[in-house]
Amino acid sequence: MIIIFAVFLLTLLVITAIGIVRAENLFVAVMLTSIFSLIMAANFFILDAADVALTEAAIGAGVTTVIFLGALSLTAEREKKVDVSRGLAICVVVATALVLIYATFDKPRLGDPEAPVHQHVAPWYLSETETLIGIPNVVTAVLGSYRAYDTLGEVFVVLAACIGVLFLFSARREKKNDNTLNSLTSPKSIGLQHHFIPRVVGRILLPFIILFGLYVQFHGEYGPGGGFQAGAILATGIILFALLEGEQRALAAIPSRALLWMVAGGAMLYSLVGVVGLLLGGNFLDYSVLSTDPVFGQQIGIILIELGVGITVCGALLSIFHAFAARENY
Amino acid sequence: MMEQIIDIISWIMLTSGGFFVLIGGIGALRLPNFYTRMHAASVTDTMGTFLILGGVILQAGFTLAAIKLLAILAFLLLTSPTASYALASAAILSGLKPETKAMLDEGAKAQ
Repeated sequence: MIIIFAVFLLTLLVITAIGIVRAENLFVAVMLTSIFSLIMAANFFILDAADVALTEAAIGAGVTTVIFLGALSLTAEREKKVDVSRGLAICVVVATALVLIYATFDKPRLGDPEAPVHQHVAPWYLSETETLIGIPNVVTAVLGSYRAYDTLGEVFVVLAACIGVLFLFSARREKKNDNTLNSLTSPKSIGLQHHFIPRVVGRILLPFIILFGLYVQFHGEYGPGGGFQAGAILATGIILFALLEGEQRALAAIPSRALLWMVAGGAMLYSLVGVVGLLLGGNFLDYSVLSTDPVFGQQIGIILIELGVGITVCGALLSIFHAFAARENY
Repeated sequence: MMEQIIDIISWIMLTSGGFFVLIGGIGALRLPNFYTRMHAASVTDTMGTFLILGGVILQAGFTLAAIKLLAILAFLLLTSPTASYALASAAILSGLKPETKAMLDEGAKAQ
């Protein structure tokens, strides 16, 4: 039964991908990208990767769509016509596709327990997590503790990406002050305030979104979720607030200076947990020394670093959103 | 006996929900202009989801799954009409005028 769903979703995925490539209206392409992410999330979900599905749905279908739309409002809506022959490009794509398809013949069957990837360290993770860390969600244990270095790297990638975007977008900061006077009535500052229905519904939904974000953040050890997903969901909620009530009110709630502190502070919190572990006599990012009981120490460490991840991701996404929104006045 | 009645009600709801989704899909493809197509699509959002989720809730019985489905139903009933409203208002604001009966009649005469 699952295989029918999977084939159906993958077919939809291919159709959507072709639609994205063929769409000349960029607005249509952005909407199709969002649909693509949503189908992808459903696909991850039926493959039992609930953590990845959550991330894909929140970031791929939610936040990136808003950021793409922000980018579109800065540029043109239609794709620029290019009269270059596409023969060479098509040849390269077809050749790559053939090589990739050939490579899949070597792949083990989907879900094959004898596959090398399931024979390497996975059995050890599955059998030892209960005694070493004592949390049911092995994915969180792998991300937060066994592979803490990788996750630290990812957090710093998010930090670096945020710094890069802010560098690009704050190049003409000084002009902004001229526009703040007449911006009180601009769409940027009033948002959708004259649209009664979306405002009321958004106001009803917002507490639930924030609550769900916090749930995903602090329940990551027991169910699917964790810092990345929670940060994205919280950012989506605040972006919804900004779209409904106007960017100024969102900035008044969380000023951009605070967002920068969040981005850097989350990454700092993560590394600090590692350094504290070092000072207490363990290895970098070894949480067992954080408490007298190693298992409890692991749990403290995972909760702290997940908090750091969530704060950084939320701050970075919001900073990038505000950077795009602030440009619209030019 | 009771179980059979619930089963029958749930299957009626599921089937009619499927019927509404189908009608909505056909309408979204076949109706003449944007607003009528949107009207057809919003049938899928409201009636379709309500009946299908209702049928599934009856199948689930008094379990945690039923409460989760109820929450999903509540959120969908709030958000889908809002999305339809936002879409229609965006279309109006961007200058797409709904066709009135007079305009349709004129079009018929011109042909």
